[in-house]
Amino acid sequence: MKSDKKRIGVFVCHCGINIAGTVNIPEVVKRLKEQADVIEVIDHQYCCSDPGQNLIKETIKEKKLDSVVVACCSPTLHEPTFRKTVSSVGINPYNCEIANIREQCSWVTDDKEKATDKATKIIKTIIKKVEHDEPLTPITIPVTRKALVIGAGVAGIQTALDIATAGYPVILLDKNPSIGGHMSQLSETFPTLDCSQCILTPKMVEAKQHPNITLMTYSEIESISGYLGNFKVKVRQKAKYVDWDKCTGCDVCVDKCPKKTPDEFNHGLTQRKAIYKMFPQAVPNRVVIDAPNCLYLEKGACRLCEKHCPFGAIKFDDQDQITELEVGALVMATGYELLDKQMLGSYGFGKLKNVVDGLQFERILSASGPFMGEVKRPSDGKIPEKVVFVQCAGSRDPENAMAYCSKICCMYTAKQAILYKHRVHHGEPIIFYIDVRTGGKGFEEFYKRATDEGVLYIRGKVSKIFEKGDKVIVWGADTLTGKKIEVEADLVVLSTAMKPAATKEFAQLLKLTQDEYGWFTEAHPKLRPVETLAGGFFLAGACQGPKDIPEAVAQSSGAASKVIGLFTSDTLEHLPVIAGVNEDMCSGCGICIDVCPYKARELVTTEDGKKRTVKVIEVLCEGCGACSAACPVGAAQQKNFKDQQIQDMVKGGLE
Amino acid sequence: MLELIESLQEIKKDIELLSGQTLSDCYQCGECTAGCPTAFAMEPVPSQAIRLLQLGKFNEVLNSTGIWLCASCNVCGERCPRGVDYGKIADALRTIVLRNKLTHLTLEKIDKQFISDAPQQAFIAAFRKYTT
Repeated sequence: MKSDKKRIGVFVCHCGINIAGTVNIPEVVKRLKEQADVIEVIDHQYCCSDPGQNLIKETIKEKKLDSVVVACCSPTLHEPTFRKTVSSVGINPYNCEIANIREQCSWVTDDKEKATDKATKIIKTIIKKVEHDEPLTPITIPVTRKALVIGAGVAGIQTALDIATAGYPVILLDKNPSIGGHMSQLSETFPTLDCSQCILTPKMVEAKQHPNITLMTYSEIESISGYLGNFKVKVRQKAKYVDWDKCTGCDVCVDKCPKKTPDEFNHGLTQRKAIYKMFPQAVPNRVVIDAPNCLYLEKGACRLCEKHCPFGAIKFDDQDQITELEVGALVMATGYELLDKQMLGSYGFGKLKNVVDGLQFERILSASGPFMGEVKRPSDGKIPEKVVFVQCAGSRDPENAMAYCSKICCMYTAKQAILYKHRVHHGEPIIFYIDVRTGGKGFEEFYKRATDEGVLYIRGKVSKIFEKGDKVIVWGADTLTGKKIEVEADLVVLSTAMKPAATKEFAQLLKLTQDEYGWFTEAHPKLRPVETLAGGFFLAGACQGPKDIPEAVAQSSGAASKVIGLFTSDTLEHLPVIAGVNEDMCSGCGICIDVCPYKARELVTTEDGKKRTVKVIEVLCEGCGACSAACPVGAAQQKNFKDQQIQDMVKGGLE
Repeated sequence: MLELIESLQEIKKDIELLSGQTLSDCYQCGECTAGCPTAFAMEPVPSQAIRLLQLGKFNEVLNSTGIWLCASCNVCGERCPRGVDYGKIADALRTIVLRNKLTHLTLEKIDKQFISDAPQQAFIAAFRKYTT
């Protein structure tokens, strides 16, 4: 199997003293010249520098080399550099290999003699590898230039608008009947106090009107297959029982519907009908029937909506619709939820009527909320004179709930306290906090504004909340004075922790990784914050971690730009270091198919129809090598990592 | 248990009016206490005194010895990142205490000529001296 004798050049890098401080480089060069079957061995201070790269290029030309070994740092750092260097003078990049003598040698020992021996062995091993290396060409795959954005809150809307404006079609999907997400529930936004809906609804309308955006609301992902640039996604659009082409959103049906149920949009503070519109500015401005609550669909009687609809839009025989989409990239914008109050036992298990969470208080403050913007408490509609805000309810609490800081609560609590004070001038807002974290433009100034406007901050975490008469008693402490504090409040607002809205099952469906709390994991925490390790999947907004609106919007534009970058060409290159199959040896047992984590292998019949064999779907193969390890006869071989090659490498190291 | 807000908001107004300082401006960093030359003997120290006032514990501070130990050196006010001058607050607190005490001198009974002739400091000291 040994190919024709190759003309190999070896370049040994000093990396300043990083390598040369431990490895005796002149000795390594001397030994390689004596013992290895190579044309040239040269050392250089910094091979990755311009002079270093030029030395490699000149030597290749002068000595007519066809393969190169660079002994230097880890291939994760400069393999791409040197592969580009050699290809600029006509060598196939896959015939350039890195011998890692820094991370795996000089950095792990102080023993100069042993380091020198080991460096020599590592380089000899890699020389054996390049002897068998084949020239490889990247695989070209087509790209479907259409994106699917999952979740239509402010992050999803922004991502869709940016991709659509760049000229590519986008499908914007949401599980709710309307787009808008949590931002549509907010009253006003910090630190500028502009009305949330006033700044969001123009974007919602723009998304609806954009010629490149298709809205798919009331829809969920059913299954997904394919790979980067070529995904097939099955979407289930839930039965709406209303023909949206006929419905005008006039709400006559809503008025007539006799069945009431807690309103999700107002977080249970009010009731909605079984046929309903999420909120007045809903986009699309249409109604749906919530089947489990509909008297006709459940019990067979009523049909009042059908009777009164002026457009004949009610469609009781409506079915879930399955649509198959072909897209090139997916953006996750699934956002957050708040921690369930039931998790917080000492704060009343969510059973106390006058203990609400942050989003409920947003609804109470909202002009379209349960009390039309007047601050009243849920139990009796009385105006609360004393409101206690409890920060870190479930955040920064690894023992009982979430270990992380939910980041937005300091600011939204300050905002809510200010807004409460604006509505109830004589009211007393009291905020219990552990730390006030105001890292953001205009945030510290906003915190100052809260104290200026009469908000009392008490440094200490609340230990217990309970009812006494029609008051809510809050037990806390002021750790700055060391005093215990009891407040008789009329209303308590818990700044409950944010948690990811995407479930584990959803992440598994998409094969995306989550951290221990369920936030989607980015490809690199600093340098690749909007990408995932799964090619073609991007992250926007709070599905990746707690974020405020400006951060979510910025990240969404970042994710959009990655998608646009992917779509600039109609083809993609895939690394050619993948598995192959030797058909003569393959027995068609299929073991490799089961071990392949990328579904990149399939059983086929050979062209002559005589036997079963395995075929590699090249674009799916990531070159992990699982099949090569599993194949009982050695028919599955990884390109440039063939069994023969590895055996020779072991021999080279033992010489 | 501490009753949080004492019904003494009038005193808060007085303190802020007399001192020209806003109590809620203080965010409890402690720089005033850290630089205070008499803090070692003060009870409560400047930052704690302001905190107690923010919580409405006016009597606790008015009855403390700490406010009388302030040397009015103004280091606290000079260094405060939020522009709160505790020296002025302590001054206001002392004034409030003194105003609530009996003055045995009656301004009207003092000879006008004496008022204009006597050194101002001696005049003020006389008021302090005859206040119990």
